[in-house]
Formats: sequence, structure tokens, C-alpha cells
Amino acid sequence: MPSLNYAAPTSVQEAVALLAGAAGLAKPMAGGTDLLVQLRSGRLKPELIVDTKQIPGMIGIREEAGGFVIGGATSGAMLEAHAALKAAWPGVVEAMDLIGSEQIQGRASLAGNLCNASPAADSVPAMIAAAAVAVIVGPKGERTVPVESIVVSPGRTSLARDEFILAIRLPPRPAHSGDAYLRFIPRTEMDIAVVGCGVNVTLDAAGVCTAARVSVGAVAPTPLLVAEAGAALVGHTLDEATLAKLDAAARAACKPISDKRGTIEYRIKVAGVLARRAAAIAFERAAGRVAKGH
Amino acid sequence: MSLSISLSVNGVAREVALDDPRVTLLDLLRERLDLTGTKKGCDRGQCGACTVLLDGRRINACLALAASCDGAAVLTIEGLAQGDTLHPVQAAFIAHDGLQCGFCTPGQIMSAVGLLREAQTGDDPERVREAMSGNLCRCGAYAGITEAILDAQRQLAAPDHAEAA
Repeated sequence: MPSLNYAAPTSVQEAVALLAGAAGLAKPMAGGTDLLVQLRSGRLKPELIVDTKQIPGMIGIREEAGGFVIGGATSGAMLEAHAALKAAWPGVVEAMDLIGSEQIQGRASLAGNLCNASPAADSVPAMIAAAAVAVIVGPKGERTVPVESIVVSPGRTSLARDEFILAIRLPPRPAHSGDAYLRFIPRTEMDIAVVGCGVNVTLDAAGVCTAARVSVGAVAPTPLLVAEAGAALVGHTLDEATLAKLDAAARAACKPISDKRGTIEYRIKVAGVLARRAAAIAFERAAGRVAKGH
Repeated sequence: MSLSISLSVNGVAREVALDDPRVTLLDLLRERLDLTGTKKGCDRGQCGACTVLLDGRRINACLALAASCDGAAVLTIEGLAQGDTLHPVQAAFIAHDGLQCGFCTPGQIMSAVGLLREAQTGDDPERVREAMSGNLCRCGAYAGITEAILDAQRQLAAPDHAEAA
């Protein structure tokens, strides 16, 4: 068996130097729930694993400038336990919570789910809808990149080999905002999305949508931001004509494959249905804040 | 490469030298520390047979590198009973026939102990089943498992058990 080195650096600089200095494949590791499976199957043969959990800022959630900064290795269980985060971004927290079992939730992270770069990653459409950005660190310092620009193809990200995600930032929340994520699986737990859809909206005091972002997963090589689907909601309440436009825009964006989880036709149909249902929940949540505020 | 780690296992401090960083917490427990109560089922995070508590939270020991557990506190099935006195969750699994072949049982019990510490399900059987969905039982003892957890929760809530968990 080829040799493998492991390091648990305690600073970003040290971690970046280790990643940059490796001759072969070097993999940053947050929770490791995907990496260990790929290591064992032989799909990945790294020369070095850099455990990022000892680096300050990698684990924890803080509120900053009205938004949230979530450390790159913060577990799903910590997100679920954070009342303020859950109140502001229920869709993002629910999407993360759908990943694996409670045991997986004890280790798995948003940034890890993102960098695993699966087209069906549950948290990614929710983060894209939320306009989340990844704070990436590397030899040149820090850069921030919208989540929708991270995954470039199945299993591949836009990060350089000596970069990793230090944190995920969720933006400040205007009044009357709400988000939701739904996925379709043939059973109730512990499965991979056939289709996933995240919707994030802001309404005015009358309940008319002023801003919307819609993202779909598992229907293309990467999770997609569907600008046309968001545009279909802006300027409208959730009447049937608006829902039909949203449904059509979500379906039009899909470029799925047929596999054992679903055919092309089925996935496209379900994407439209999920967009409608997720939008209904997001509007309800946003309107709930209208009701509370009055 | 050799890595030295120290961790607490069932309250006992252990120092271990790892000759390969690929060693998982599960293999460390079973092969190096002779704690074979924690079972290896799928070895890929799907079955839950290897569930242990790491710093009080349930995880799959097969998906944690032992090296990444340096400084952590691990609780396994061997650490639950107090001498001959079973933990209330262990006793409830027996009372409610929450097992048949028993292979998944240590993982089921550790997961149940984690679930009761999380205190998120209340007495709703549906939420208990959801929170236990990471533990598979091929014998299909799920009905007894759910009853055992709800019963153990009631017992632990009783005043004389306040310290047990």
C-alpha cells in the first residue's frame, strides 16, 4: 500500500504550505465522512491528508455584520443546534440536516459537502439560493467566491490544490425573507437526492416578491442557479400563473441523466414540482415574518 | 509515518502510536485496544454498527481517522454499564426484545444513548425512528428498539435516575 501522510496543522499558513508542498495528491479534510469512503474504495489515493479541524475559525458559527460566518469544518449537528441560524436560514439548516444519519451529522460540514462536488449534494442548492459565499484561503491570502462557482463538474471544484474553504458566509437577512429546500427520494431517510431544489425569497410588506433565488440539484453535472426561475417570482405573489412560470423555468434549466434513481423525463418533471413546493414554503416563512412584525 | 495520539476511552487515558494514518477509530478500538464490542458492519458509514460517542456526540467510528481523535473522549458500549448494573438503555433493549442476532445492538444502543442526550425527539415514536435511521437492523427488531428507547427515556426522566445518563 502506498504511504500516506497525515497532518493536523494549527494555522491557515501551515495548512496551505503543507498542501502546496506535497508532491502527489494532497486532500484537505474537514469531517472526513466522504473522504474516508473514497480513500477506502481506492477512488482517491492521496499522498497527504491535511486535517483542518485544529485551525482557528474552522469550527464554529458567528454572527457578523447581520449575516452568519460558518467555519469550514462546522458539523451539521452544530448548525441544527444554533437557534438564530435556524431562524434566519431554515432552508440551509434543513438541507444540511438531510445529509446522512445523525452519526454523519456529528462530523459532516457544509464546506465538505460543497467540496465533495456531488451534483446531488443536498446543502449546495440551499446555499446557492441563499447567495452564500465561500471564503477560500490559499498562498495568496483570502478570496471569496459565490457557492455556485465552486463546483465545476462531478467531483471537481474551482479551488486550486493549495486552497481550502475556511468558512461559508450567509448574507444579512432583509425583513420578510424566507428560504426552503426540498429533495425527492423514494424513501423517507438516508438516500441520495433524485432532485433537490432550494428557494430563497424576500417579500415586501404586501407579500409581493422583491427578490428571489432558485437553485436545483441532481439534474445537471453541477448544482445550478436558475436565474429565470428567480425572475419568474419577482414582482408577484404566489398565484397559479407565477407558479406555472417558476415550474417551467426550473424544468427548462435541467440537463439530467437517466440512472437507477430516475429517468431524464422524471427528473425534469420532479424539478418543477419541487420548485413549486419549495417556493410555497419559502413564501410562507417570509410572510410569517410579515405577520410577526405587525 | 508514525503518529502518537492520546485519547480517553471509557474514562481511561490511552496513548497509542499509529503506524499508518489510515487507521480508523473503529480499527483502533477493535484491533489495538481490544474493545470488540463496537462492530464493523459496512465500514462505509451506512449501517451504524460502529456508532460510538466522540466528545459526547454519536459518530460512525469507521468514518473517523484515529489520528483526528487526538485529545478526544470516546465512549463505547463497554463503558456503559456500571459493574454488573446495566445502563437503562441496555436493560430496556433486553426488556423490549430490541434485538435478535445482536450484531447491530452495540451501535443501536450507543446511538440511542446519543439520541437521549440530544433530547430532540420527545416521546414521539416517529421522531425516534427518524433519529435512529442511521442504524440498520437486518433482523428487523425496529419495533422493539423504538419501544426500548421510549421506555429508557421515561426511566431516565424519573428522579432516581437523574444522574445515570
